Amino acid sequence: MYGFEAMTFNIHGGYLEAIVRGYRSGLLTAADYNNLCQCETLDDIKMHLSATEYGTYLQNEPSPLHTTTIVEKCTLKLVDEYKHMLTQATEPLSTFLEYITYGHMIDNVVLIVTGTLHERDVQELLEKCHPLGMFDSIATLAVAQNMRELYRLVLVDTPLAPYFSECITSEDLDDMNIEIMRNTLYKAYLEDFYRFCQKLGGATAELMSDLLAFEADRRAVNITINSIGTELTREDRRKLYSNFGLLYPYGHEELAICEDIDQVRGAMEKYPPYQSIFSKLSYGESQMLDKAFYEEEVKRLCLSFEQQFHYAVFFAYMRLREQEIRNLMWISECVAQNQKSRVHDSVVFIF
Amino acid sequence: MEYIDRLPSMDLMRSEKMMLAQLIIPVESAHRAVSYLGQLGLLQFRDVSSDPLFYQLPLWFSVYTCYMLVKLVAWERLLNDDKSPFQRTFVNQVKRCAEMSRKLRFFKDQIHKAGLGLSPHPASETDIELEDLEVGLAEHEHELLEMNHNSEKLQKAYNELLEFKMVLQKAGDFLMPDGNHSADHETELDENVHTNNDYADSASLLEQEMQPGLSDQSGVKFVSGVICKSKALRFERMLFRTTRGNMLFNQAPADDPIVDPASNEMVENIVFMVFFSGEQARKKIHKICEAFGANCYPVPEDSIKRRQITRDVLSRLSELETTLEAGLRHRDAALNSIAFQLTKWMNMVRREKAIYDTLNMLNFDVTKKCLVGEGWCPIFAKTMIQDALQRATFDSSSQVGIIFHVMDSIESPPTFFRTNHFTNAYQEIVDAYGVAKYQEANPAVYTVITFPFLFAVMFGDWGHGICLLLGALVLIAREKRLGSQKLSSFMEMLFGGRYVLLLMSLFSIYCGFIYNEFFSVPFHIFGSSAYKCRDATCRYQFVPQMIFLNSLFGYLSLLIIIKWCTGSQADLYHVMIYMFLSPFEDLGENKLFWGQAVIAVPWMLFPKPFILKRLHTERFQGRAYGILGTSDMYSDEEPDSARHPHGEEEFNFSEVFVHQMIHSIEFVLGAVSNTASYLRLWALSLAHSELSTVFYEKVLLLAWGYNNFMIRLVGLAVFAFATAFILLMMETLSAFLHALRLHWVEFQNKFYSGDGYKFKPFSFASLTDEDE
Repeated sequence: MYGFEAMTFNIHGGYLEAIVRGYRSGLLTAADYNNLCQCETLDDIKMHLSATEYGTYLQNEPSPLHTTTIVEKCTLKLVDEYKHMLTQATEPLSTFLEYITYGHMIDNVVLIVTGTLHERDVQELLEKCHPLGMFDSIATLAVAQNMRELYRLVLVDTPLAPYFSECITSEDLDDMNIEIMRNTLYKAYLEDFYRFCQKLGGATAELMSDLLAFEADRRAVNITINSIGTELTREDRRKLYSNFGLLYPYGHEELAICEDIDQVRGAMEKYPPYQSIFSKLSYGESQMLDKAFYEEEVKRLCLSFEQQFHYAVFFAYMRLREQEIRNLMWISECVAQNQKSRVHDSVVFIF
Repeated sequence: MEYIDRLPSMDLMRSEKMMLAQLIIPVESAHRAVSYLGQLGLLQFRDVSSDPLFYQLPLWFSVYTCYMLVKLVAWERLLNDDKSPFQRTFVNQVKRCAEMSRKLRFFKDQIHKAGLGLSPHPASETDIELEDLEVGLAEHEHELLEMNHNSEKLQKAYNELLEFKMVLQKAGDFLMPDGNHSADHETELDENVHTNNDYADSASLLEQEMQPGLSDQSGVKFVSGVICKSKALRFERMLFRTTRGNMLFNQAPADDPIVDPASNEMVENIVFMVFFSGEQARKKIHKICEAFGANCYPVPEDSIKRRQITRDVLSRLSELETTLEAGLRHRDAALNSIAFQLTKWMNMVRREKAIYDTLNMLNFDVTKKCLVGEGWCPIFAKTMIQDALQRATFDSSSQVGIIFHVMDSIESPPTFFRTNHFTNAYQEIVDAYGVAKYQEANPAVYTVITFPFLFAVMFGDWGHGICLLLGALVLIAREKRLGSQKLSSFMEMLFGGRYVLLLMSLFSIYCGFIYNEFFSVPFHIFGSSAYKCRDATCRYQFVPQMIFLNSLFGYLSLLIIIKWCTGSQADLYHVMIYMFLSPFEDLGENKLFWGQAVIAVPWMLFPKPFILKRLHTERFQGRAYGILGTSDMYSDEEPDSARHPHGEEEFNFSEVFVHQMIHSIEFVLGAVSNTASYLRLWALSLAHSELSTVFYEKVLLLAWGYNNFMIRLVGLAVFAFATAFILLMMETLSAFLHALRLHWVEFQNKFYSGDGYKFKPFSFASLTDEDE
């Protein structure tokens, strides 16, 4: 019943909505970024962050810092906040919050499987995993030899199990397979999340379908660009696109047959919201596309805070914080490698 | 003006007179000067590090600076008006202090983990230099980290051996069928004495027969190890899935929990043994063990070998144990020596950091020889500050003295009330609403009496009052002891407000006497009277600017006093209400004076706008004169009005009149609603007395009606419980909150703007209990 959330939303969701809005106001500000971009060393960054909400997480780190430590601690803060919200949440918000982590779970599965394929140490791989996407038997992924085993041994216990129905094959794992698996899983995940949000109804459904549609479209473009010049057939490519979003279904037909970046641009420019993104890029360029998409995403995420009584704020907050951590990582990397002129290349401001 | 100067000082009523002072400190004595000022704690530094210099320096100085500037060309630095924190002068020192306090936190954490206590009194022997302390801390940290590293390594080795021992012991049970247990022991004997005992022989033969059968003939192999108990179930499931059920999983709980060196917690483990067949399965099982963090240990199938290894392991275990213990003792000794000094070091580092933070608020002058700072201080502290600065110059044997001179200020000074133990809590109550503007009248003075009084009007019962009084007296009697220790947040609140509690209880006793209430039992000490609940609406008349209010509610108070004096039966509510509803009708017996309404209503409506209008006109006239006479002063204080003085000089009557109308309607409504708000006094006092009556009559008297001892006891218990928790705690809280509201909303909004800011001097004393 759209428009009537105000009557009942606060019974279960009010406290957490207040919490998440409070968290959101702790995001770094323009002045913070300004100061961070002027830092000379990682210690400067630490000192600056100690005045922000990250302070308590970084204060006990001994002095020669590494970028990974900064990122790790900042992520830890996000995880702590997420866990706090999850423990407080009731249905259906708790399920909604869990859905947010499935994306990280897919990434972690792919990371471990790829890593084992290239014979990396499992412990080392585990450290690289995103803590939000951890599940109990994640380390056992290394045992599996093919998709079927992967599913039967490990993933059957995880929430990802239903997404696997599309990609159970007995083929041995290789890089191409894994990449297809990632995208198939992601497709199934996004569609499932989309259905779940539709079921919730109200402002949540409205805002989330917009945000998820953007995500699906972005993935479709990325899949297209990354698969240009590979042996992936058009039909297979078409199968990896999610079955919703602004591009569905006609845009997908066009993307499926694209052979270079300019054809992608031609297909995308028919859609007004994406036209503005592509108009920023010069012809034949795809490096800056990621940043342009991130900027658009951040804009949309921020807008979701303009409405009240819906769950999209939780999704938006998690995404914004992740973007902030990506920014911090980039800034720290630039500072650590003395490439300060490139600081602004990849930082997406969140205001 | 002379007359005003000769008045006694109003410490409580008005803020201390403040002044803005400028300090020009030579670099060599800056640190010492700031630390002396911190000990004194009477100067609040302003952050001038990003101000352009010209505006702060006195004239002679700026002429000199201009001259220097031509030579030095330091424009860029001067005009850099937005410095980020890490571009400040003493940022490196601040970083060093932060690093040191990190080390200190690490020590504290370690000491806490080792279960040692900090020495509460800082050992105050020799003062060490910060540089020495830094080196010392680094050494200590290095030493401690190395010890931790070593002991962790040892602990790990020890854990492995311990686990191995357990695996060996349990493996015996897994490998042998039950019947062979006795045989096991006997083979041991038999081995030593070499007797030809048939039974023993056959047993060992059986064993030898059985084990090759296990491993070689049918290709069954096993992996044994230790895994954390919480993971065991998943581990077993995973093994089952991978081998498609072709395995046998044996497990037994381990005897002793093992200390996890990373988290220093005890972990319960189980010993497992997996039997399987095939090389492929072995690889997978090993991988799973690795993934689950299970430690595998090779167990020889031969029981003799096993026993040998067990013996080996046991001897190494005892060796390791002694080493571990020695290491631990060594570490504890090191930690103890740190713990002895830690509090002192922490204080010192905290002070140093505060000093450097303060120094960062100062600015270098162009010659880079002096630091320039500004700060607020009370005028009475001037000599003390100068004294401290002189000492600093002397102690650091600087050639140049510190220049301290008073400046004119544009912005309003901070507000500083000197309080004592008694008035502090009341000041806090007022400050929570808003800090008084500089030189604004301080409502805390009234609050000392009015707050407890309003509370008591709602809580008037001298029985309950005595209970509160006892509580307050206990807190005050233990003031010294409670003040020195750390309290829980609730106790801290109670302790902070102990004098408020004291006065509240005294006033409650007083009001209780007037109301004739003692635990809701009427006590006729002053004879029966009826003023309870009647006079509550108009107790409150000390708001000076309420000319209007006096015409209405002052009249009401007058009526009340007349009523007390004449013993009239008139109902005051009726008088007041009918005065509005039907001013010209006969009020019957409720009539006190003829014509009261005729006088009161226009009295209420008319003088107010005229008085306001006159006030308004006066204000404008005053401002016009002000602009003529002291125009520069006005431009300082009210930049907006000073910018367009001519626009407002013309008196636009209609506009002002409309404004006045709106204002007066607002004021009338506000006054009526606020006064109605005081009805809560009446309501709450009634509620309190009714509630206590209910408990008294329905619980205590009812129970007393029975002749049963048990029922009486239960009744008494319920009554005592209800009195303590509902009447004493909850009602106190509610009366307190209502009194608070009456002060903040109804009282203070009449005259108190409260938009000042508090004087926060740079002081070491306020640092100590911070950042815990």
